[in-house]
Amino acid sequence: MSKTDNRRAFIKKSVAFGSYSIIAGGGLLASPDANAEWLAETTSTDILQQALKRLFKDQKIIESDKISIQIPKTAENGSSVPITVSSSLNNVESIAILVEKNPIPLAAKFEFSQDLEPFVSARLKIAESSAVAVIVETNEGFFTASEKVIVTPDGCEI
Amino acid sequence: MSSIKIRTKRMDGKTQIRMLIAHPMEHGRNRDKKTNALVPAHFIQQLTVEHNKNVIIAGNTGANISKDPYFAFMLKGGNAGDKLTISWVDNLGNQDSQDHIIN
Repeated sequence: MSKTDNRRAFIKKSVAFGSYSIIAGGGLLASPDANAEWLAETTSTDILQQALKRLFKDQKIIESDKISIQIPKTAENGSSVPITVSSSLNNVESIAILVEKNPIPLAAKFEFSQDLEPFVSARLKIAESSAVAVIVETNEGFFTASEKVIVTPDGCEI
Repeated sequence: MSSIKIRTKRMDGKTQIRMLIAHPMEHGRNRDKKTNALVPAHFIQQLTVEHNKNVIIAGNTGANISKDPYFAFMLKGGNAGDKLTISWVDNLGNQDSQDHIIN
């Protein structure tokens, strides 16, 4: 076989393979299984876990009682809920505040220099009754604590 | 006039830093009451606090922070005459900064 023949054969083969892969690809897109998987991935209720994964990769986050969260148990006005976070952990590097049920959970993340006490106050918007989680990063790892807040619309408690 | 109000208070070896920033903090899901059009997202993304030109707080904030945000922090030490600089940048690129002398 001459060089050009060889080349032709190769092109023919590659074209054939190309069209095959397109068919295969189409099949994958149409398959109901793949669709279901995609739906489960994007509409999962566990948004907080996904946010944590994005923020802290696969770091291990340990529950700690050395983080104190002061936040009202019931809030009449979800558009401004005061929160104060303090901690007795050593060498705090950052504090992150997340509101679990909000469409985008992360409210704020503050990186602290060593000149600061592990303390922060802020006011949060909380769309519906939800847990508020705080993640404290120290040089020894990540620690978390959370507190539930009930938001009563119209300011009347049931 | 600056959008940032700063108050500091020295108490037993610590300095409390409080700030109030005038900002709409729109999260992009509110609708205009008259036109029913979505109000575009407009919120502070970065908040920086400097103490004598050293960055002591680098904050990323989202739209879950209330309108006209209030923050309080606690500085170890802090002397009268120390300079604080607080600055913010929002998602539309607006920014502001304000100096404060601890008294």
